[in-house]
Amino acid sequence: MRNKFAKTIFEEIKKNNKIFVVAADISPSGDMAKYQKYAKNFINVGVAEQSMISMCAGLAMSGMKPFAYTIATFAVFRPFEMIRDDICYQNLPVTIIGMGSGTTYANLGGTHTATEDIAVLRSLPNMQILSPCDPEELEECIRYCARKSKFPTYIRIGKTGESTFTKKIKKKWLFGKIRQIKNGNKTCILTHGPIMNLAIEASKKIKKKISIYSCHTLKPFDNVGLKKIFNKYERIVVLEDHSIIGGLSDIVKNKAYDFKYKKKITTFSLKDQFIHEFSSQTNLQNKHGINLKKILDEI
Amino acid sequence: MIHSFNKKIFRTSMSLRLRILELSQKVSALHVGGSFSSAEIITTIFKNLKKHDKFILSKGHVAILLYCILEKNGFIKKSDLNQYCQPNGSLGVHPERYLPGVEASTGSLGHGLGLASGMALSKKFKNIFVLMSDGELMEGSVWEAVLTISSLKLNNIILIIDNNDLQSATRATDTHPTLYPIDKKFRTFGWESMKCNGHNPFEINKMIKLKKKNKPLCIVSQTTKGYPISFMRDKPIWHYRSPNKKEYELSIKEIKKLMKKYEK
Repeated sequence: MRNKFAKTIFEEIKKNNKIFVVAADISPSGDMAKYQKYAKNFINVGVAEQSMISMCAGLAMSGMKPFAYTIATFAVFRPFEMIRDDICYQNLPVTIIGMGSGTTYANLGGTHTATEDIAVLRSLPNMQILSPCDPEELEECIRYCARKSKFPTYIRIGKTGESTFTKKIKKKWLFGKIRQIKNGNKTCILTHGPIMNLAIEASKKIKKKISIYSCHTLKPFDNVGLKKIFNKYERIVVLEDHSIIGGLSDIVKNKAYDFKYKKKITTFSLKDQFIHEFSSQTNLQNKHGINLKKILDEI
Repeated sequence: MIHSFNKKIFRTSMSLRLRILELSQKVSALHVGGSFSSAEIITTIFKNLKKHDKFILSKGHVAILLYCILEKNGFIKKSDLNQYCQPNGSLGVHPERYLPGVEASTGSLGHGLGLASGMALSKKFKNIFVLMSDGELMEGSVWEAVLTISSLKLNNIILIIDNNDLQSATRATDTHPTLYPIDKKFRTFGWESMKCNGHNPFEINKMIKLKKKNKPLCIVSQTTKGYPISFMRDKPIWHYRSPNKKEYELSIKEIKKLMKKYEK
């Protein structure tokens, strides 16, 4: 995903020199050198995330379109007050890219995982939250933020090697709209982010046809779309690489109460625990109770 | 003999203090001490502000001082300022960006310099003035910005530190003796930096005028919190307090006496 971010954002910079990338000691694609020709619009502030966010706010106050870019945990938790006061309180069009979100950096331990980022950012007024499921959706998110968005936005992305699921999907990506990825009958999986991979795998392993939806816009949430889903399905499974507190599971259960949905909702989110498992992302997710077998059992 | 520039700035600064005192009688508390220590600094900054310049009040708790000078310059209506912290009024204790003449909503300390770095990076402005309290220097975010600004050669930033040595309850000299010398620290971080008397507008003005073009500038303005009121000077209790009627009358008397001196 980071390669897609780099490619897309530099295409946008070519067209609009008001776009800036302010990074904190990170390269958009693992290779900083090839972006030197965009040096004027690509600023590396070093290991200084508070500076990164405040600088982006200052750029936005001056009519620019800044993108703050670093590893998700450092992009959100370290400079949280700057995000709240400088960007959200002043309602500025700054986009924050949280790279390696969720359990991506499992082997680096809990200091490097961003598993509560949606929860804390959702609570901020004016903040929009996007969680693309693959590089194609990420491209749509970047272009939307570069060209249209006028508000603070957080884009939660993976790192490298994510599969592409949406290239041939007829239903277009639209900001704020739940997107159907697969069409089925009575059961659906609602998910966001690269963990879509597990949902797709589950749909291939099971005989009955299930629907899959990418809930790429977590705020503002598509309540109209969700109501239609409640009306259509008898069983809903929520799958996400985020804490059980404050993410998609919370949103869906909350709305199920509002819309009086009486049928079964099963959630696969991360437990409210710091789990010390460093071998792989899959093994960490497994210890949180998220794996293919359990999902298949539920659907 | 008092320099004519000083006379003019003094008169404006004292009139700002009078207006703050007047407003203080409508609210239970306001940041009188820090506003009074910054009065000559902000008046000198406004004297230097040109069309393509920007000003960020990083020590947002003295917004009342900013509002008073914005009123003086015609940005804020008298009737609006009279509604300071009143029901349905638009002016609160800290500055709000939607107000005319206010560039940034500040209040939490240590944000102004980072915001200025982004403004400088946009290359849309000639000079960016930032007024900061010395207490803010205890925030890590300030030193991130100090390092970033000089490293990226954002040389059109003019930072003025109101060095009154007092926070809301404690004295920097006592709690953070290694904060000093401030000017030397800034020079080590690649800034141009000097100390001056923060109640002497001529000195502040001279430093702004003589700023080198190849470095950001930090002026360490040594001030007295609560200046010039005899019973407020250097007293932490006046960080956030409204004078009672007797104190109010005494303050007005002292300021008017000083203003007479500058009329001569």
